[in-house]
Amino acid sequence: MIVFDNVSKIYSDRSKALDKVSFSIDPGEFVSIVGQSGAGKSTLLKMILIEEPPTHGKVFFDKLNIQDLPRKFIPEYRRRIGSIFQDFRLLPDRTAYENIAFAMESAGRSEEEIEADVPHALDLVGLKSKMWSFPHEMSGGEKQRAAIARAIVNQPDLIIADEPTGNLDPINTQEIIQILEKINDLGTTIILTTHNKGVIDSLKKRVITMEHGTIARDDTHGKYVL
Amino acid sequence: MANMSSKHYIAQFRRISRSGFVSFWRNQTVSLAALFAMTVTLFAIGSLMVGNTFLDAFLGTIKDKVDVTVYFVEDAQENDILTVQHSLDALPEVASTEYISRDAALVTFRERHKDDAVMLAALDEIGGNPLRASINIKARELSQYESVTKFLEGENAVVAPGGASIIEKVNYRQNKLVIDRMNKLLDYSRRLGTALVLLLSLMSVFVTFNTISLALYSAREEISVMKLVGAANNFVRGPFLVQGAMYGVISALLSAALLYPAALWLGSISAAAFGGLNIFTYYLAHFGRILVSLLASGVVIGILSSYLAIIRYLKV
Repeated sequence: MIVFDNVSKIYSDRSKALDKVSFSIDPGEFVSIVGQSGAGKSTLLKMILIEEPPTHGKVFFDKLNIQDLPRKFIPEYRRRIGSIFQDFRLLPDRTAYENIAFAMESAGRSEEEIEADVPHALDLVGLKSKMWSFPHEMSGGEKQRAAIARAIVNQPDLIIADEPTGNLDPINTQEIIQILEKINDLGTTIILTTHNKGVIDSLKKRVITMEHGTIARDDTHGKYVL
Repeated sequence: MANMSSKHYIAQFRRISRSGFVSFWRNQTVSLAALFAMTVTLFAIGSLMVGNTFLDAFLGTIKDKVDVTVYFVEDAQENDILTVQHSLDALPEVASTEYISRDAALVTFRERHKDDAVMLAALDEIGGNPLRASINIKARELSQYESVTKFLEGENAVVAPGGASIIEKVNYRQNKLVIDRMNKLLDYSRRLGTALVLLLSLMSVFVTFNTISLALYSAREEISVMKLVGAANNFVRGPFLVQGAMYGVISALLSAALLYPAALWLGSISAAAFGGLNIFTYYLAHFGRILVSLLASGVVIGILSSYLAIIRYLKV
């Protein structure tokens, strides 16, 4: 589904974010990417979202070389991917419902679909009671669950979760990971980056370990080794 | 299919408008700042507009008082005089002409001096009619009196059968200095007015643009999130353009309302200073035009500022 073919990202002579990275991810996989800060995890995710172009090499999404995608098709492409961030990134002046509805409105979905799917997505992440709360009225865990609901509501092929538990306590961390596992069980591919050893060890899924912009290990049933 | 897509566009348009309204209401601090800057802008533009057109009207009334009179020799035939009048009327520079016969001039003279016994006695003493027939000429522009006069002094003017000119004098030469000065004054004040309007409008547009830029700067994170969840540029930009238009409409209404007390206060002052021309009456009479102009400039400034300010944040 996702193929990185000899991809490098060079910001300057001294700073290479990625150095000839190659790997592939199959549909339905749950892949964790671990590594110290600056190892190149975020750059990798930004390339999948076409936020950053590679300096060398190619990135494919379902056999499509995404660097060849014309600019006007980028929004449509991004709707196939659900993004979850460490800092939640909800729209501050909109309620949980409106934040999730926004993703559906952007995709041009009808009012009927929105009215049916938004409560359903909120239910799935256990946040139905906070439907009409603004982000500043929610806890960190609740905000992240709203963000997950937003990421899944358009039924994406892939979910990218960039340090989703970085700002959360252990209990909320566990809950968020369980929600992601549930989404993966329903067939969605998930790419997760994290610093959390406990999360990786409990998942018992594929782990790609990055060091200095290269892939140091790629284990099918990985553990957190750094 | 076409029906489906037009339905889709209408639905998206409704969403964009609603989202613009909601953001306007929820971000009250930002909205107030933008409204304030824009109201000041439009108030400045509005006052300059009223002031400038008022000045124009005033200068128009002064201009109207200027004319040139051509006097004919005592034995000029009325036919020849009327021929001159016809050829004057045919000139593109001439706005209107008025023929005053010797008899009519005498009647007017007697009427004007009916309380002046000495003057009337002097007139009777001379006997007959000492006054000359004349044509009063109003040109369309002050600058055109010169060429009208040249026409009368030149060979084109009608001459009597004897060959001598039937024109005794044209009083333009006596009035020339006044007319020239007036012409310069009109020209300067018009240029100054236009330059002021342009300069102040530019300055205030700049201030509004900066305020809206700041408002959008605080929304840049949101814009990048919208882009990352797959919103197309138009869908992200739309609500901000709606907000820009709302700033424009509300500010236009506010500034038109604020012009009311300002014009009321200046009304009597202007009437005293400009020979009866009242700026308040002028404001009331042209209220519709003023409001439409303010609405149009407000909406254009608001939408354009938002459009330009958001460009850099859309590059995600």
